[in-house]
Amino acid sequence: MSVWRIARLVAAKDLRIEWHSRVLTNQVLPFAGVTMVIFAFALDSDAVLERVAPGLVWLATMFSMLVLVQRTFAVETDDGALDALRVAGVDPRAIFLGKAGGLAVQLLVLEVVLLFAAVVLFRQTVPVDGLVLLVTTLISATCGLAAVGTLYGGLAAGFRGRETLLPLLTLPAVAPVLIGATRAVEAALGTAGAVVSDGWPWVGLLLVFAVAFGVGGSLAFGPLIDE
Amino acid sequence: MEDAGFIFGSYLLTFAAVGLVAWRYVRSGRRLARRVPDEEKYWL
Amino acid sequence: MTTTDSKLETTGVSTSAGTGSRGSRILGITTIIAMGWLVAFGLGFSPEDRDQREAVRLLYVHVPTIWIAYLAFVVTAIGSAMYLFTKKKSLGWDRLAGASAEIGTIFVAVTLVVGALWGRLTWGVFWQWDARLTTTALLFVTYIGYLAVRQLGGTHEQRARRSAVIGLLAVLEIPLVHWSVRLWRSLHQEATVLGTDADVNMDGLMLFSLFVGVVAFTLLYVWLLMHRTRGMAMEDYLDDRGLDEALEARRAEGEPVARGDGAN
Repeated sequence: MSVWRIARLVAAKDLRIEWHSRVLTNQVLPFAGVTMVIFAFALDSDAVLERVAPGLVWLATMFSMLVLVQRTFAVETDDGALDALRVAGVDPRAIFLGKAGGLAVQLLVLEVVLLFAAVVLFRQTVPVDGLVLLVTTLISATCGLAAVGTLYGGLAAGFRGRETLLPLLTLPAVAPVLIGATRAVEAALGTAGAVVSDGWPWVGLLLVFAVAFGVGGSLAFGPLIDE
Repeated sequence: MEDAGFIFGSYLLTFAAVGLVAWRYVRSGRRLARRVPDEEKYWL
Repeated sequence: MTTTDSKLETTGVSTSAGTGSRGSRILGITTIIAMGWLVAFGLGFSPEDRDQREAVRLLYVHVPTIWIAYLAFVVTAIGSAMYLFTKKKSLGWDRLAGASAEIGTIFVAVTLVVGALWGRLTWGVFWQWDARLTTTALLFVTYIGYLAVRQLGGTHEQRARRSAVIGLLAVLEIPLVHWSVRLWRSLHQEATVLGTDADVNMDGLMLFSLFVGVVAFTLLYVWLLMHRTRGMAMEDYLDDRGLDEALEARRAEGEPVARGDGAN
């Protein structure tokens, strides 16, 4: 079987588990929603919230991603499923791509819901001419996030202290995504007078990031989990 | 010298930090060396 | 001190001084002399700068410390690559990478603190969100993460492989971070802070003082690296032996030997 086919199977398996357990809908999405609400408490100004809403969407996404990553690897390591996959001779690149794909789908759902929350809570509007930029940004940023999350999630899985190690490794690494995706979404939504054309250089950054960590991650994943 | 506090403070801080690290390395090295046979010490 | 000394004679393992050798001692003395020169030139002989005035004296420690930090992280990357890509998976490379990262992290911390003081002096604020500062701060956190990965536990080989991968990923990560932060700041156009960047108009004596600083700190780095890698080698040896001894002890008691929990 080709790497991509196995990756699809792994992703489908992960999504099926998530679908049955409903952790995403019952816990992670509410967590992300609460994060948006407490941002409003902290910032305490409609004008400020309107200005920073795209950044808050991505911050909430990243915090929720940490929860999701821990969850997806807890499922694997609790019953030694990851080891079983390795022993069965499954290509680690396929496991990486599959798990990253599954995570990416969940992140996309999360981001769409959070954007909707930003529209409702923080008075954002989605102009039609920014729609292409918005969708491209969401997809490219999500690929980068999923690659980094899967990579470090796999590393920290199965160790005591992983809850604290994962954010420490992940957040500095995804800083470029936070910067790039926030600026691009600002451009797409026209936050603070930004114009759509401002957003495209940032999409370039996000794409380079996604490719770099996609390739780097699939190469590094084998040595990381192979023990 | 103007701003002497900042300047001397920075030098002092740098040397203190570095000195502390150096001291800790040497001290832990001594402690470990007592429990390790000499043939394991490739630098001797 | 004397009590531990007498205890060691009963175990009778070694009486040598520690991680020092002839080479490291000579290097250490040279380093101290170079540091003395640095203080003399940096605080004494160097003239004050036209724009920076006396604050320029901070340059002579600030620039060398960040240079050492970068050098240390490059060494970490090289050590990591050598561990991963050579046939003989030598733990020596892993210890070189780990020791270097540890020293580099300390130097970044010093750089950040001294830089903040310098910023207060010349810009009036401790921190500016400019590209270099922000990248340095993220660099600091990244290598704290690397050091945390080294502490995860497991066998030495597991530690070496994991940390080598992280050490190489950091090389991928840092340029991306720097690029994104530079793009970010270039839009806000307050990065060229009050016209006081580090490019001061340097005369010969200033340049020489800076040179003394770089040499002194490079010597210090090599000295620290020698001692730390030797210390780590002994830690690894004792770890291995500790596990063996625990197994021996259990065998002697006639209990079934279970794999130690410490090895997780």
